[in-house]
Amino acid sequence: MAKQLPDVGSGGTVPPPRRTRIVLAEITRQDSRAERTRTELAQQTQVGEALVRGLVRAQLALALRLSLVVAIGLGGLPWLFAIAPSLGRTTLAGVNLPWLLLGVGSFPFLIGVGWAYVRLAERNEQDFIHLVQRPER
Amino acid sequence: MANDYVVPAIVAVTLVTVGIGFYGLRLARTTSDFLVASRAISPTWNAAAIGGEYLSAASFLGIAGLVLKYGVDVLWYPVGFAAGYLALLLFVAAPLRRSGAFTLPDFCELRLGSRRLRILATAFVIFIGWLYLVPQLQGAGLTLATVAGSPYPLGALLVAAVVTANVALGGMRAITFVQAFQYWLKLTALAVPAIFLALQWQADARPAVTPPDGPTFRAATTVVVEHRATLTLPDGEIREVRPGDELTFAAGDPVPEVSGVATDAADWLLPSAAGDDDRGLFATYSLILATFLGTMGLPHVLVRFYTNPDGAAARRTTLVVLALVGAFYLLPTLYGVLGRIYTPQLLVSGQTDAVVVLLPGAALGDGLVGRLLAALVAAGAFAAFLSTSSGLLTSVAGVISTDVLGRGSVRGFRLATVIAGGVPAVLALNVSGLDVSQVVGLAFAVAASSFCPLLVLGIWWRGLTDLGAAAGVLVGGGAAIGAVLVTVLGPPLSGWPATLTAQPAAWTVPLAFTVMVAVSMATRRRAPADVAATMLRLHTPESLRL
Repeated sequence: MAKQLPDVGSGGTVPPPRRTRIVLAEITRQDSRAERTRTELAQQTQVGEALVRGLVRAQLALALRLSLVVAIGLGGLPWLFAIAPSLGRTTLAGVNLPWLLLGVGSFPFLIGVGWAYVRLAERNEQDFIHLVQRPER
Repeated sequence: MANDYVVPAIVAVTLVTVGIGFYGLRLARTTSDFLVASRAISPTWNAAAIGGEYLSAASFLGIAGLVLKYGVDVLWYPVGFAAGYLALLLFVAAPLRRSGAFTLPDFCELRLGSRRLRILATAFVIFIGWLYLVPQLQGAGLTLATVAGSPYPLGALLVAAVVTANVALGGMRAITFVQAFQYWLKLTALAVPAIFLALQWQADARPAVTPPDGPTFRAATTVVVEHRATLTLPDGEIREVRPGDELTFAAGDPVPEVSGVATDAADWLLPSAAGDDDRGLFATYSLILATFLGTMGLPHVLVRFYTNPDGAAARRTTLVVLALVGAFYLLPTLYGVLGRIYTPQLLVSGQTDAVVVLLPGAALGDGLVGRLLAALVAAGAFAAFLSTSSGLLTSVAGVISTDVLGRGSVRGFRLATVIAGGVPAVLALNVSGLDVSQVVGLAFAVAASSFCPLLVLGIWWRGLTDLGAAAGVLVGGGAAIGAVLVTVLGPPLSGWPATLTAQPAAWTVPLAFTVMVAVSMATRRRAPADVAATMLRLHTPESLRL
């Protein structure tokens, strides 16, 4: 497949029929618009380096923020039960609160945090892609 | 205890596992076939396969046993086992998939370019893998002894032999469908009996889980003691019991207080409070840290992430795994709670890990339904031993064949499998007295104190050096291993030394991170020159790749 592709950069050759664009998703992405910025990334110029550092920092900040949510939401429970023993004796529908919070409630909470992370991390990556492609617009 | 359905059910699970393995092997022969096959299936199947491999004997048997014995404080085990996937998702999943590393030693070499670090990582993979395999085999021996009356070593050796033969012949390698099938089997094997158990509990006029006078025997029971303990009988008499002793109780008799078990209703029902038990609180936090951070360092967990097509898919798969695993962990707690009502004799005999397999028979009686459900649970338990041990054995044998025996030929891999399966089999014969979940907890603690800092710092911090990584793994992981050895082999301890060695993660994990950062900063010049290129590869979306 790769051999059929013309060398776009060198110019001169007429591209072959557009048929190949439908065959593989990857080929449509080989759009030349963002070529220069991508090259900057790959060659680790200062601009590229700064872009990647920004992405890593954004993703790490997101992960740390959400772990803080879990650390407070779940990690606070043993401490809370320890300083307020009456909380452990509170019952809801005949079941003691710690059993409900840990045995049932914690799992939807974890899944919710995970879902939020996947959405936000993908948004960070989208922002990064837009940033990389913007100079070419 | 003769249940005609148990042995056929176990044999069927084993045959189906081996059968699907071989069928899959015929379909996919080369490495690329495996990868393509894995990529052709959806994240849901992939996630079910990861869940199937992850839900081990500790999850299937151990958690319910611990809940029966200790009550609310051990609910942190299932929460932590599930939350481990969240930590994996937040810090590791996508970058690790993008790195292209297949195993932890691969990651070390790829990120830090050090052969010596690779060898160190190999040693830790082998240790953690063996530590995790032992309780699987132990659970198998226990289950077979409980449901079929065979001697304990038989079940342990049987599973070890089946799994070793299966992996050595290549049947389990990267066969996603076997693992996915076993996830659903395990979920069904706990969920269906749970419905019947709940209905039975309703029909019995909802007996209280924690009656004011403590648990009582519902029927006349003869208990054969399995573990040495001190009993306090209702009339105040104190009695030492040894393995083999027989005790007889009439229906309605209160359960004697057993040393080391939360027999008292308040102890069991309520979380440990401040003041009276600081060590309990420390142990709880230590357990939380070990399970949250240990999952990412388990050798059989990481390998599976390579079957995702890209980093974004790795994230979505991890989220589905979290949901599947979370759904499963709702169930063992129920078994532990109902076990207080229907199988209190296990508190006296010490075989609390058997509660899941015994409860259906004890609650529903010896009728057809009770026996079928008991067989279903036993089959699910065997699925747990087989899938987790196969995954672990494949990982351990893989690193032994490539990094210890030299370049991996098929013959070398088979030899490595026999070594990797033989050592834990021998160990499992000598540790039948330990709680399945506690040994697994120790494996998590070692993983959390060695590979977790290595992965997290390696992925997110440019300053990590090979010396820093090696020092952190040696000091943190070494301290955790020392604690494990003291707990498993050493003399019985009491007070703070016992707590610090039984639940070491709260001090070994911070120690590992500190040493790794400090030594890396002191050896800053050794940071790899290609770190910027590595970071680019780990963190940028694949669609931008050149």
